[in-house]
Amino acid sequence: MRAAGRKVLGRVELYLVAVLVILAVFLTALNRRFLTLENLFDLLANYTFLGIMALGELVVLVSGGIDVSFTAIATVAQYVMGWIISTYQIGSVLVAFLIPLPVGIALGLVNAGLVHLTQVHPVIITIATLNIFYGLLVFVTGGAWIYNLPASFQAFAVTKIIRVVDRAGTPSGLSVLSLFWAGAIALTWFILTHLVVGRKVYAMGGNPEAARRAGVRVPRLLAFVYGYMGFLAAVAGFVQAQLAQIVQPNAIVGRELDVLAAAILGGASISGGTGTVSGTVLGVLLVAVVTNGLILTRVPSYWHNVAIGVIIATAAGLMASQRRRTTRARGAS
Amino acid sequence: MIPLRALRRAAPSEVAILAAMLGLVIALLAVLTGGRLVAPGSLAAMAFQMPLLALLTLAQVPPMITAGIDLSIVSIANLSGIVAALLLVRWHVPYAAWVAVPAALATSALAGAVNGLLIAALDISPIIATLATMILFQGVAFVLTRGTVLSGFPPQFLALSTGTIAGVPLPFVIFAACLAWVGVLLRRTAFGVTLYMLGSNPIATLFSGVDTRRALFRTYVLSGVLSGIAALVMASRFNAAQADYGSSFLLLTVLICVLGGVDPAGGTGSVLEVLAAIVILQIVATGFNFLGLSAYLANALWGTILVLAIVLRRLLRA
Repeated sequence: MRAAGRKVLGRVELYLVAVLVILAVFLTALNRRFLTLENLFDLLANYTFLGIMALGELVVLVSGGIDVSFTAIATVAQYVMGWIISTYQIGSVLVAFLIPLPVGIALGLVNAGLVHLTQVHPVIITIATLNIFYGLLVFVTGGAWIYNLPASFQAFAVTKIIRVVDRAGTPSGLSVLSLFWAGAIALTWFILTHLVVGRKVYAMGGNPEAARRAGVRVPRLLAFVYGYMGFLAAVAGFVQAQLAQIVQPNAIVGRELDVLAAAILGGASISGGTGTVSGTVLGVLLVAVVTNGLILTRVPSYWHNVAIGVIIATAAGLMASQRRRTTRARGAS
Repeated sequence: MIPLRALRRAAPSEVAILAAMLGLVIALLAVLTGGRLVAPGSLAAMAFQMPLLALLTLAQVPPMITAGIDLSIVSIANLSGIVAALLLVRWHVPYAAWVAVPAALATSALAGAVNGLLIAALDISPIIATLATMILFQGVAFVLTRGTVLSGFPPQFLALSTGTIAGVPLPFVIFAACLAWVGVLLRRTAFGVTLYMLGSNPIATLFSGVDTRRALFRTYVLSGVLSGIAALVMASRFNAAQADYGSSFLLLTVLICVLGGVDPAGGTGSVLEVLAAIVILQIVATGFNFLGLSAYLANALWGTILVLAIVLRRLLRA
């Protein structure tokens, strides 16, 4: 079963790589700027925070749940950080990075508690908590932006780990922020494939009752799943603040569907039990390349939602038909 | 049939609980607002505002009874409103006011059919399918309007929201008619019974010889058409149509359904209880307005009320 599962997932990733390659060739033909290191570095930096949140959503989806409140969690965590480091002018970027983490985890645990307590589909719970977290934040703060971030916080954002200068002399480089995405990828991959808790997440998503009877403590596992989502949302909040250099309550909320779309494109199923880190990363890259491509080919921005909507519907339809075929094949044998 | 009978038995007590909540909430808010809430003027304002939210909520009821959800109702409403608006102010078709209404309804039925196909024929889970179409329909609406607001409708169309029949505002009449329609559909037709069965146990329903795909398809078309009717009331009342109106209504419709006894896990729900929940919500919303609460705080409170309602329901059942 595990081998079969792996093969199917491998196919999703293969499709994604193929689509990405075709798109890249097509876009390069239309606009030479697409396949420049500068554009690719920018793409990686700009999609880092969505990529990190998509990894958290992957874990939730694999567990059989769903979270749409993570943008609010990222915003609250980011705001707490912004407020503390600007009020006390905290110079250490490490401290700035650590501040949002407990906030994110705590809000994730609130979701876990409510999901466990109510036994209602998590989409309803997290729609509610999205409004609660975000509504309270904007009400309490009045939606004020935070500008005066410490100088060290700004210096860190422009750090490059690879530097290149093109023929025209324009310097560009791989932002240090991309390392946070790489770290989140490695951590999530390690948890899902090498730790017992990761295997338990797959087990619960595949068949919750079987997992419960096999001795999985569901409340604890829910706490881990939603807590991890909160943790990654907080990391993403930090990264987004680094990118923007202001803390703005309405910057992240509203992006939850992009993230969900990326995770689903990458092969994570809403009914749980399936999904891989590599698929999710490719899903984010696909959303990034499509959006970037639409911009580079000067398609008016009001077409973007149509493109994203069609892509999600197509991907979900393809996966559903594949699932039907596997079930039928299994029934026949 | 069993869920239906069980429901009828359970109905009075649930309605009683809701009625008690209603009384309590009105009393509390009436005191907090110093009596302004129950003044005739504010009651008339509520009667004017309620049908829009109520129609959108009605669109959410059938999918939720089947254990599904329709996240695209607000997008469908905006898209249908925009089609009507384009006919009225851009495309200069003859008899625009008369063409616009059926065109908007046809758009909403088509949008509902897209949802129905994705869910019933392609087996995509309703959350994902309607999430995709919510983005898609909003995208199409943006493409049609290029992000602008369409406004300035002819008086015949505005009469949809300002007109009265025997002294009753027309939106209210439309809502009452839809409420009766959905109520009869759910309780007096084979289709309605099928919805409750689908929500309680889809596999048993399929094995008892029901064409479940057809029933699911019709559920989402129905939800679409009800959103389209809401669109007409909305466009007429705002005298404008835009791609991103009323996004906060989505949370409210789910909240009202849950308050009104529609179990998100499917199989239960009645329009009368939902009506009671709509009235409570409208009064609370008006109360919030009188108290001058910020829209964000109101959203946070709605979310809190939704969670509390679910927790309470669970405790009462246990």
